[in-house]
Amino acid sequence: MNRNLIIGGTLSLIAVMAALVSFVWTPFDHASMNIPEKLQTPNLVNWFGTDHFGRDMFSMIMVGARTSIAVAFVAVGIGMGLGIPLGLWAAARKGAWIDELIMRANDLIFAFPSLVIAILITAIFGAGAVNAIIAIGIFNIPVFARVVRGAAMPLWEREFILAARVAGKNAARISVEHILPNVMNLLIVQATIQFSLGILAEAALSYVGLGAQPPTPSWGRMLADAQTLVSIAPHMALIPGFAIIITVLGLNLMGDGLRDHLNPRLRVART
Amino acid sequence: MSLLEITGLSLAIDGTPILQDVSLSINAGQIVAVTGESGSGKSMTALGVMGLLPDRTTTSGKVLLDGKDLLSLSEADMCRLRGNAIGMVFQEPMTALNPVQTIGDQVAETILIHGAMGRKDAYARAAEMLTRVGLPPDRFPLSRYPHELSGGQRQRVVIAMAIALRPRLLIADEPTTALDVTTQAQILELLRDLARDFDMGLLMITHDLAVVADMADHIVVMRLGEVVEQGPTMALLTNMQHEYTKMLFAASSHEVDLPYKSSTDVLLSVTDVRRSYVLPRTRLFGATGRFEALKGVSFDIKRGERVGLVGESGCGKSTLTRAILGLDAVQSGSITLSSAPVFAGNAPNLAVRRKMQVVFQDPFGSFNPRHKVERLITEPFHLLDVPPTGAMRQALIDETLLAVGLEPSDAQKYIHQFSGGQRQRIAIARALIIQPELIVFDEAVSALDVSVRAQILDLLAELSNKYGLTYLFISHDLSVVRTITDRVLVMQSGEIVEQGRTPEVFARPRHPYTQQLLKAAPVLPDLSHLHMMTDQKDLST
Amino acid sequence: MLRYTLKRLLSLMISLAVASVLIFFVIEVAPGDPASFMLGINAQPDTVAALRAELGLDVSKWQRYVAWVQGMLVGDFGTSYTYRTPVAQMVSDRLWVSLPLTLYALALSTFIAFPAGMYAAARRGRAGDVTVMGATQLGVAIPNFWFAMMLVLVFAINLRWFSAGGFAGWDKGLGAGVWSLTLPAIALALPQAAILARVMRSALLDVLNEDYMRTARAKGLTRAQTIWRHGLRNALIPVLTIIGLQFSFLLAGSIIIEQVFYLPGLGRLVFQAISARDLIVVESVVMLLVFAVIVVNFAVDLAYAAVDPRLRART
Repeated sequence: MNRNLIIGGTLSLIAVMAALVSFVWTPFDHASMNIPEKLQTPNLVNWFGTDHFGRDMFSMIMVGARTSIAVAFVAVGIGMGLGIPLGLWAAARKGAWIDELIMRANDLIFAFPSLVIAILITAIFGAGAVNAIIAIGIFNIPVFARVVRGAAMPLWEREFILAARVAGKNAARISVEHILPNVMNLLIVQATIQFSLGILAEAALSYVGLGAQPPTPSWGRMLADAQTLVSIAPHMALIPGFAIIITVLGLNLMGDGLRDHLNPRLRVART
Repeated sequence: MSLLEITGLSLAIDGTPILQDVSLSINAGQIVAVTGESGSGKSMTALGVMGLLPDRTTTSGKVLLDGKDLLSLSEADMCRLRGNAIGMVFQEPMTALNPVQTIGDQVAETILIHGAMGRKDAYARAAEMLTRVGLPPDRFPLSRYPHELSGGQRQRVVIAMAIALRPRLLIADEPTTALDVTTQAQILELLRDLARDFDMGLLMITHDLAVVADMADHIVVMRLGEVVEQGPTMALLTNMQHEYTKMLFAASSHEVDLPYKSSTDVLLSVTDVRRSYVLPRTRLFGATGRFEALKGVSFDIKRGERVGLVGESGCGKSTLTRAILGLDAVQSGSITLSSAPVFAGNAPNLAVRRKMQVVFQDPFGSFNPRHKVERLITEPFHLLDVPPTGAMRQALIDETLLAVGLEPSDAQKYIHQFSGGQRQRIAIARALIIQPELIVFDEAVSALDVSVRAQILDLLAELSNKYGLTYLFISHDLSVVRTITDRVLVMQSGEIVEQGRTPEVFARPRHPYTQQLLKAAPVLPDLSHLHMMTDQKDLST
Repeated sequence: MLRYTLKRLLSLMISLAVASVLIFFVIEVAPGDPASFMLGINAQPDTVAALRAELGLDVSKWQRYVAWVQGMLVGDFGTSYTYRTPVAQMVSDRLWVSLPLTLYALALSTFIAFPAGMYAAARRGRAGDVTVMGATQLGVAIPNFWFAMMLVLVFAINLRWFSAGGFAGWDKGLGAGVWSLTLPAIALALPQAAILARVMRSALLDVLNEDYMRTARAKGLTRAQTIWRHGLRNALIPVLTIIGLQFSFLLAGSIIIEQVFYLPGLGRLVFQAISARDLIVVESVVMLLVFAVIVVNFAVDLAYAAVDPRLRART
């Protein structure tokens, strides 16, 4: 275990726990307004203060974690679910038309940053958390496809894969049996990175109103609410910002830590 | 006084001793070869002289160049010496040059960095040096990039860089290991001439004893960071003192016990096989070229026969191997095993495939690092209609592991727990386990140290005698093919130019290419013959 | 080189064509008829039909697609459903804010990241490296729009060095225009600079292990000289890829940052258009963004070839 992994894992765990605990307990009802108590700075009753409607910020942050994590999680799932098979397929048929097609399609998706996809989807179906998931998820597909293809291609030249081919195994079977386990470490690291990017993207989409809609609390929308009040109630902007930073930082550190933790073992195995 | 005098050099990285009390010396114009197997510390000795050791290395002892101790020099002073008084040539010419700089810039840089002359003169000298190493600017302009040159040509560029300022000492670390035999012979000759012409000391690091015996004036044998024996070449070859030296030379010219067997039953039949690849266009609207990797190859392997296939890189060996194994389709011609085609239609023919197995070169890359030996060696069971199970499977695993000189308990270990030689044994076990009719050995002993190589060759001969194996042994190493095969095929540019009984082809090569190959390949002198010669000399004086 | 360029150009054309088809037909799927939406629910059917004819909505989808593409090729993006003004005019006005902002941020990000990455690589494992890497770790985690709010809070509201929002306009002079884009550009650039610095560092460290770096040392170059003369250009190859990708992130990011600073850029335009169901404007802006990204990637491909002679030769 290395330092990054411990710190990153702890920070990420805090965010996940906040989201999970919010299902059974929050200090206050995150949606109940209490105008007389509005814009309270952090204190013993409202640990993170209150917003312009007097809602308890601590409760909102906890429930907001739910939205962020759920969106990012499902988006990573979409990216891995479609990107990994496509990447494996492209690598197995390296240079053939299907490889070319998959990679060109990937390039094309890269020309549509997730925000642009979100704009398109919103223009058609209206804003919402589901659209944010789709927008971020679509953009994740080529990321995973490329990572898998890039790591799988040199493996196909390795002699243990040739040996498996001599043993009569077909490309699909070799991909699942030999290629996938050997790119797994890389995928775990990439998944943490995409997870953290997903949290950032979800916050950005909610901030411009293309993500989760009221009354679903989200960190991005809390920041949008804070914008006009930033000079009189800076805590409204600071606290959701810190929530995002801590979660993303935690995930990134965990990704780095996992990479360092998983990689040397691979190297030992090879030399 | 010697040009280079190493006395009592010891070094350790992070406290792990790498070299212990190494002493040797080189005079101007003298060629000293340091040899030994992997882990002997021969390369570290070279890097120690250059002052290019990894960080965290601690050294003791003396490295005197013209009486000046290099170990006590500051980094800035060492920079002034490197490239100027000492030049160095490395093993891997494909990666030793900066891919984004022209060869002219890279050679001239040696001169410019030391401020030896102005820009114009430096480029003139670079051209002169490239000419000297065999790359005249009219055929190899200074504006060429490394990727436009072959491996041998790149190694010449590296040499030109190293000698541009006429250093007093040239260090060559396995300079020809990555090259083909004919190229190797040319590069070795070039190095020898340069040492003589420039009156330069040459420190050669090489594992190849034939090269050592052929080139060196003085031989240093190392093992595990220590010098076990050294002396003038003739004296050392005729009068080896240390057991390790004797073992090393014996292993290098090791001959296995493999009685010739004759047979008439054709097992593998390759008939007029052709395969070509499309080359990228060189001009915008030019036609795409085709590279013919196999230009109508035909040969047979009879049951029980051990056939060698030799040839240099790019001759089509790999393409042929892949075609025989059914990994790639060919464009025309047929490959059959016991009269059944290896490729039926578009898909590889599994019924034929189960009669063939392969052993690859790289003992490190040919196993999935995540599986246990048991799973690794039973992978070919996939080819069987009814794979053995339970006790029968276990018995097969145990028997096969024992046959290749391992223990049944090794089945539960992971591959990284084995040495290179042991891994090659496991690779052979994997090939044997379904008792195939034909085994292809693809450079199967090329990555091994000589002593390990000798053991694996013995194992092959033993298995061959015991099970009556039929195999195709592909190698660039003529001395290995000579001892381990009954018949040999010589391949050049996609064609089999000569084939015949191995002893006959080696003794009386008919094709000019075969003659050239055999001439270029360094061979260990016949030691008993040497003894006789020196004895006679003693008598006459 | 010519062949390589033409090949990349062909791939650029295909990407643009496919992207335009995608965008057009995705937007076409959108429920609701713009004409009815503009006229409200009480409109007469014949008024709606007249407006549909006026907007060119009464022909088949493919005809409209062809007309749209033909129009774009000559700079005619159609007429906004809500403002009844040429989309091209609206877009080009806004583009003069968004594009300079993106390029400004890209330049800032590169200028910060290169020295930071090189410094960290040179001091690998030492205090300087750890500090720079820690800072980049934090930089990557900060949402740019939140960072923008903090910049406004500190430099506009408290210190009053900048105005809190709005755009001075290029007619007030280059200086004033650049000044009002400075805070947004910093907000956009810093997180990207953090990513780029990390890539730069690891690219350099990878290159340090290459054989040719050892060859260079054997020639008598000092450590610093080998990095400068041989390492940098080789390390640039992966770095260029990231710079290309960053352009699209920065362009998308600028749309969001414009919201923080109330900048009259493409972002504002597109969000207004979405709420007014002015689909032709949405379509045009999205196409323009995609066009910019594809063209920049083409430029990156050419830059690769300039850096790497192997690429020039291969195709």
